[in-house]
Amino acid sequence: MATPVLDKAEAEGRAASPYITVTFRIRRFNPEVSAEATWQDFQVEIDPRERVLDGLHKIKWDLDGTLTFRRSCAHGICGSDAMRINGKNRLACKTLIKDINPEKPITIEPIKGLTVLKDLVVDMEPFFQAYRDVMPFLITKETNEPTRERLQSPEDRERFDDTTKCILCAACTSSCPVFWNDGQYFGPAAIVNAHRFIFDSRDEAGEERLEILNDKDGVWRCRTTFNCTDACPRGIEVTKAIAEVKRALITRRL
Amino acid sequence: MSTTETNASGVSPVEGGYSVDNPAPVIEPPRLRTKKTPRSTRGNFEMYGWLFMRLSGVVLVVLVIGHLLIQLVLDGGVSKIGFAFVAGRWASPWWQVWDLLMLWLAMLHGCNGLRTVINDYAERPNTRLWLKGLLYTATVWTILLGTLVIFTFDPNIR
Repeated sequence: MATPVLDKAEAEGRAASPYITVTFRIRRFNPEVSAEATWQDFQVEIDPRERVLDGLHKIKWDLDGTLTFRRSCAHGICGSDAMRINGKNRLACKTLIKDINPEKPITIEPIKGLTVLKDLVVDMEPFFQAYRDVMPFLITKETNEPTRERLQSPEDRERFDDTTKCILCAACTSSCPVFWNDGQYFGPAAIVNAHRFIFDSRDEAGEERLEILNDKDGVWRCRTTFNCTDACPRGIEVTKAIAEVKRALITRRL
Repeated sequence: MSTTETNASGVSPVEGGYSVDNPAPVIEPPRLRTKKTPRSTRGNFEMYGWLFMRLSGVVLVVLVIGHLLIQLVLDGGVSKIGFAFVAGRWASPWWQVWDLLMLWLAMLHGCNGLRTVINDYAERPNTRLWLKGLLYTATVWTILLGTLVIFTFDPNIR
């Protein structure tokens, strides 16, 4: 965008630098050094229009190479860099520094409810186990190989459109207070991904998935605190999806 | 760009003598899901429990607010309550049924609510077992005692 306005801002920027000093307060844990997790402050000069992930990169590349965190695509698609930024689960690559008050130190912690392995890296295995347990793949009862595409009307596709957006970043599940205290709960992400197939007109195993989520650690443990909906970086209405699974269970069982 | 560790207790090679070959234990959150997580309950108990909480809650709003109004607000307030007042009310089957329904619904509603709290917060299986045992005993005892009193109430007792 080469508008005159932007040029002017840039010209001014030469006199007054857009860079500001931001304090990143990061929760550090290294089991090879200490059993204790501690806070460490880094001061970084950064343009506030950059993202938290850029700040982490500057720290890792220029200040302290031992800082450990996950990130893959760095553009909000892969879901690797969910972390607890200023007490809220977000993707570091979708959070602009100017949006989270850079005047104060920005706290960065690993997501809660999963085992911290090092710094911001957690063991995602229990999260993916819950995901696998809801059978997140198309199941049909046909025995023959399909000879043509499985067609679907736009209305049928629209029914589960919201839950197809999930990138499995675990921001929702690790913001859920029930999951923090009891990892046996499936968690919002697994229910969202079950919802994606339960309400897909092409899938024929909705009943089995509903039965799995009717379990004592299934949808009925949801307390509708809406933490998951607030946390979702993709804007999925997670609590609504869980409520729809509950309603489907009630209407089909009664 | 500058780095200043305002927090002097950053990760530093000290206490415990942990090393690459001898790492510190990681802290696992309670009750992690694994491949072996039992896919136990078949049946609709949790669903009926969830439905019961909603339905009994709606009924209890009417029952409890009505109860509080009658007992504490209308017709002289709390000072009117005495043996004679209770005896007079329980002479009518309507108030017997009202109180019986309130007793059962409130006790079961509260019991199920506490059961979910225990499920959420008690981590060790033994803690769960004992807390729930205590809860169920208290609930059954209160319901039985209350029911007994409502049905066998004798206004002429001395």
